[in-house]
Parts: sequence; C-alpha cells; structure tokens
Amino acid sequence: MTMEATRYDDGTITYPGHPRGPDGAEPVETIDLSEYTAEVVTWTTSTATPPGVREPNHLAIVEFDVSEASDDASSSRTQSGDDGASVRAIGQLTTGDVETGDEVRPVYVDELREPGAGIREPESQAWDGYRFEPL
Amino acid sequence: MERVAIIGASMTQFGHREGEWITDLLAAAGSDCLEDAGVDASDVEHLYVSNMTSGEFEGQTGVMNALVHDIGAIPAYTQRVDQTSASGGAGIYAAWQSIESGASDMTLLVGGEKMTHRSTAETTDIIASVTHPVEYNAGVTLPSFAGLTARHYLERFDAPRESLGKVAVKNHKNGVDNPHAQFRKEVDLETVLESPIVADPLRLYDFCPITDGSAALLFCPESVAREYTDDYAVVTGVDGATDTQVVHERADPTVMDGVVESGNGAYEMSGLAPADIDVAELHDMFTILEFLQMEGLGFAEQGEAWKRVEDGDTERDTGELPTNTSGGLKSKGHPLGASGVAQGVEIYEQLVGEAGPRQVDADAGLCCNVGGFGNCVITTIMEAAR
Repeated sequence: MTMEATRYDDGTITYPGHPRGPDGAEPVETIDLSEYTAEVVTWTTSTATPPGVREPNHLAIVEFDVSEASDDASSSRTQSGDDGASVRAIGQLTTGDVETGDEVRPVYVDELREPGAGIREPESQAWDGYRFEPL
Repeated sequence: MERVAIIGASMTQFGHREGEWITDLLAAAGSDCLEDAGVDASDVEHLYVSNMTSGEFEGQTGVMNALVHDIGAIPAYTQRVDQTSASGGAGIYAAWQSIESGASDMTLLVGGEKMTHRSTAETTDIIASVTHPVEYNAGVTLPSFAGLTARHYLERFDAPRESLGKVAVKNHKNGVDNPHAQFRKEVDLETVLESPIVADPLRLYDFCPITDGSAALLFCPESVAREYTDDYAVVTGVDGATDTQVVHERADPTVMDGVVESGNGAYEMSGLAPADIDVAELHDMFTILEFLQMEGLGFAEQGEAWKRVEDGDTERDTGELPTNTSGGLKSKGHPLGASGVAQGVEIYEQLVGEAGPRQVDADAGLCCNVGGFGNCVITTIMEAAR
C-alpha cells in the first residue's frame, strides 16, 4: 500500500492524482507520501459522523515537503503549497491531541470506514489508507 | 438584447413538512409563483427544476416531468438542474439563459428538496457523497470541511471565535421576520458559543438545519414583464464557476475561487461593483462561509470580513450591507435544491418592495449560491426595474 501523489509535466503535484493536472498537464511520475512526514495545516474533530465512520472523527489537512523527490523540484510548483515542492493531503488523525504546525507521519490502516455502511457503492473505491500520527 | 425580468416569486414554508414529499413541495411553490405573477400555466414555455438528491433521499427521480404534469404546464420543455447545493443558483442561470437566448418567453424555475425523513447521519452521508473517494474514505463531511477552514481562518487572521457566532446571531434575528423560515427564534451569542461541538471549533449554531421546502421564480423578457406588472426585478449579472473537487488542493484554504470568478463575472455583466450592492444573500450553510463569500465577492479584504461583522456592517436595519435579510440558510433552512432559488426570492422581494418587516432600501441585490464546499458557485445580481 502506498499513498501516491502525482507530479505533472508542469511541475504541479497533487494528492490524489488525476488523469490530468491543472490546465490539462500530463502526469509524469508518482511520489509515495507514506515515506515522508508532514505538517498539520489545520485540523478538526467531527462529532456528527456518517454511517460507518468512527465517532469522534479527528481529521487534518497536512502538508508534505517532497523536495527530495525530484532533481528539479526547486522549479516546480504545487497546487497546494505553491512553494516549490510541497503537496497537501487530508486524512484521519490517530488522536485529537494535536495542534496546527505539529509534525505527523502516515500510518497504514486497513479500514478507515466501514464499506457499505454509507451510500457509496463498496466496490467503487478503496477503504484502506493512512492516518496521520503526531511525532 | 432585451433584459431578463423576474415577475413572480414564491416559497413554501421551510422546515419539517410532515406527509409532504418532493413532488408536493415543488407543485405548491410552482403554482403559487404563477398565481403571484398572474400567469397561466399554459403560458410556461420552459420549466427548470433545481434539485440535488430526490433519488437518493426519496427514490423519486424524474421530478421535472412530475412537476410539469402536476401544475398543468405540458407541453413545456423541462429539465432538472443539479449542481449540488448550488442547484438553485444554477437554475437561475439556466432560466436566464433560456430567456436571454430567445428560446423561451416564459420560464418557471422551481427548486426543492425533501430531507427531514432521513436521520442526520444519513443526510450527512448523502450530502458528503459529493466528495472525492479519498475524502469520503476518511469520513470527511461538509461540516468537517467547515471546521477545518474555520480553524485555519481564525488562527491565520487572528479573528475572534465570537465573530463567527455573531453571524449566527444576526441571521437568526433576521429569520424572525421571515414567515417562511424554519427557525423564527433569536439566539444570543452565549447560546451559540456554548452549543454542542459539531466540527471543532464550530458548534451546532454555526450550521444550517436539515430542511424540507421549495421556492420558485418566474422569468420573461422585459417587454413581456411590462404586460403583467410595473414592479419587477431584472437579472443584470449572472455567472457560474468551479473550483477543485478535492478541497485541500486549493492554493489558499480561505479563498473559494468559484466565488471570486462567478462574482467577477456577475459584476462585469452588470457593470456594478461591490460598493453598488445594497443587499446580499450569501450561502451561510456554515457561519464561516459568510466570511469567505464576503471576501471573495469584494465586500471585504481577505481576512477582514469578520471586522465588518463585528462593526455591524451586515446588520439588516443599520448596516451598510444588509446580509441574509431572509435569515439565510442558517435560520430560514437549507432544502438543498431550493436554497439558491430562495435566495433569489428574497432579493426579488427586496427589490420590488415586498419584503415586509425585512424591507431594506435597495436598488441592487446579489445572491451567491455555493455547491459542495465551494466546488461550484453561481453569483446573481438583480436590479429593481423602477
């Protein structure tokens, strides 16, 4: 299992990847974010959760610095950070004991929410993934 | 080219409508709107229905065909318009296009949703189905996006938590005077700030309710409008735009590009500027959204909308820019597909002088209808014909 971001031919990086990047840019490589740490941009604890989701649900938007992932990273821009080589992701936190600016790492979880408990067709998407654990 | 006029408006009572389903609600608002304008159903050439999820909520699809039959408007062309929570605004855009293009001389727009028969958890999940798989898998909901954004806004701009609460207080106060509002009860700041946490730092009173309801508007060329009335409104600016489906991919979490783009388009079409707007209906599904739209539409600099709220600039009776005089989604309620149409109903009533105790002095009004968490946005500017 990987947590793949996509770099496009204009230098943009997004997580998740898309068939085309901003302005139709072609994808050129993937970056496994599970090998990186990230910084918490913002977070929340959701207490009104949908069927099949843990309650409470701690969530965060985090930003990965992936400048080591490419030789020409210094010239790239990102959809999220626009600072050269960063990319943002959203995900569950392992704990609600977190603050903005904390450093976190992705940890694999085989089921983030119960497939089939909600409205979405269980076969239509993956249900495993990563939570962010404060370091 | 002739201007596009609005000559009639209606809305059902918003709230919990026991025993009434989506087709009942749509038919009630549609028929009332025609009656309000004094137009026969047989004169309707196009009929648009703004609706997000009747299939998911009720198992009822084809609501546009049901409505055209139920109000006796066959053989009018009909189409369902879905742009999630912005379906109503998208319906205004579609109705405007149908008249502006010359394809129709009389277009009825009806928006509606039936939601309250589902549990809060089910409703939250249905609405959250607009999200990308990586968001849905994490259990992200629209309220949780609001919590994430509100924390970022408050921390980054050093805004007091109370300023968000004051949006809720203001809009509840306005809703008291709206006979169709779901909640006609004032709340004080202390109540807002001590209500249960829903998505930290946001609490229950930072969120709109789950609502049944329908609203309608009737569009025609200005020359046709004059055959019916001297008091009508004119759509002088309307535009729609999109932003990323994946919310965290946006360059700035506090900027909704769809709001900025659609607002710029509407201003350019109308020839008006933010300072020319006398009254605004903003999509306050969550209190933080009122800040983001004020800034995206040029009513405040980035990070400073909270100061205008604190200064009382958005108060109905004393502010420079009365905002959500209807009570907003916060107090009036948010029946998804109806909400954008109901925003238009409020601006229309303000411009033709039919807003009763909510009336403000207005020659130009703006409504901004937001789908998803800023995924798609329609901004409409109307002006009084008088």
